[in-house]
Amino acid sequence: MERIQPASGALADAYIAGCRVGELRLQRCGHCGTHQFYPRIMCGSCLSDDLEWAAASGRGEILSFTVVRRPISKAYEAPYVVALIKLEEGPTLMSHVVGCASEAVAVGLTVRVKFARWSESITLPVFTLDSQR
Amino acid sequence: MNSLRGKVAIVGAADTRVGVVPDRTATELCIESILLALADAGIGKEEVDGLVTCNSMAQPMLYHAEAIAEYLNIAPRYCFAAGAGGGTTFSVLHHAASAIVTGMADVVVIAMADSLRSGLTRDQAMLMQSSTGHPQYEQPYGPTVPAYYALIAQAHMARFGTLPEHFAEIAVACRAHAARNPAAQMRELITVDDVLNSRMIADPLHLLDCSLVSDGGAAIILTSAERARHFQHPPVYVLGMGEGRGHEHISQAADLTTSAARESGQRAYAMAGLRPADMDFAQLYDCFTPTVLVELEDLGFCAKGEGGAFVSEAGIGPGGRLPVNTHGGLLSHCHPGNPGSMFALTESVWQLRHTAGERQVDNARCGLLHAQGGIMSSHSTLILGKELG
Repeated sequence: MERIQPASGALADAYIAGCRVGELRLQRCGHCGTHQFYPRIMCGSCLSDDLEWAAASGRGEILSFTVVRRPISKAYEAPYVVALIKLEEGPTLMSHVVGCASEAVAVGLTVRVKFARWSESITLPVFTLDSQR
Repeated sequence: MNSLRGKVAIVGAADTRVGVVPDRTATELCIESILLALADAGIGKEEVDGLVTCNSMAQPMLYHAEAIAEYLNIAPRYCFAAGAGGGTTFSVLHHAASAIVTGMADVVVIAMADSLRSGLTRDQAMLMQSSTGHPQYEQPYGPTVPAYYALIAQAHMARFGTLPEHFAEIAVACRAHAARNPAAQMRELITVDDVLNSRMIADPLHLLDCSLVSDGGAAIILTSAERARHFQHPPVYVLGMGEGRGHEHISQAADLTTSAARESGQRAYAMAGLRPADMDFAQLYDCFTPTVLVELEDLGFCAKGEGGAFVSEAGIGPGGRLPVNTHGGLLSHCHPGNPGSMFALTESVWQLRHTAGERQVDNARCGLLHAQGGIMSSHSTLILGKELG
């Protein structure tokens, strides 16, 4: 059984292409300078379509998290940490915190991106605690 | 201003059996709730010219309300199925109220039912659950529905020092109400320790912090305040209504610990000309215990961050300063999915008619009802009163 794969689409594919080469891509608005995630056809702030992909620093902070004890399917090995990560550039994304005991995870800790294979063709960002380095 | 305040009233209300009801399909539960509500109002189906439903997950239909109308063999001039998740019930009330005030319908039945317990296989239920998040940027990480709400709980704990015990007290209070309700699915009293010792589902939420999975349906009958005087039960007036929206997906929330319940509540209070202190009871959406705590704060029953203290000290159980979910709520009465808040609505009608039996709130004159859909995304608030004044 395979983990849930992201639905395909032009913008999602460009984002995942970034992940494949170790780059966490955000959109940056050429008009107002806002970084946004998830990718959209326009800037969610000023509605400009002058958007470019920008590699994020990959650093962020845990806004909140939970330890999932009952997995969504057999493809996921419980317990796993689902977290909301606020990136340095501003946007928040959902991800996993990996590479540590779930007890070590707390709101406010700083994290760094790494990339994990989700299937043959899909790689997605996950995060590790800075303190674990 | 041309406000909807006091323009419509509820003249009929009924629930089907709830909990585990394997002998009825979702469609049949919806029909049954309508028949019971018509009997409660003392009218026949020929007087109904408006019908609002919500779709069923166990028995989905492309044109749900139209199919229910066909089943009943009625031809309403106003008819639609709404979908706003848990917030559907109260948001359709102001649509129906507008239809009545503008002459698009005179007598509107609002009926919602589902059979999540008996009508879905476990695989179907998990599939439904996994389709909740953003299909590209959330779902792959395997969040479960409890996990989304756990993110809100954990943020509240980190920011305000709220404890798992505070969440547990909400489950205990809802169960204490349900113990007084013969119709409730779960009536055996529980303690804070029972909640904390139940299986951890998604930290900090234990099994008993999570609502039930149920079958059941409920219906109300809405008409103009003038017409309402001629029915067999005293009318229950709709005094205030409001909605509020923030994000849809939790990763896009501007703030995890303050929700658009704040704006929704403010709009309903403004329409009603009433304040939180005027409410004799509140029915607050309780798919998971933390939602009640955030709603208590955002709806102005206590200050931001003080929800835990309010639950512990003022009390939301029977005899508490603010009885919350007097029927037992989604946590202990029943939760058949999107229709969940219908039972808060029918319960409020009975509280304001003073026919709620052992769980009657003394001299209840006014109550607030709040529902939310998505993950604390879309909010709707109702204020109901025994009198127009």
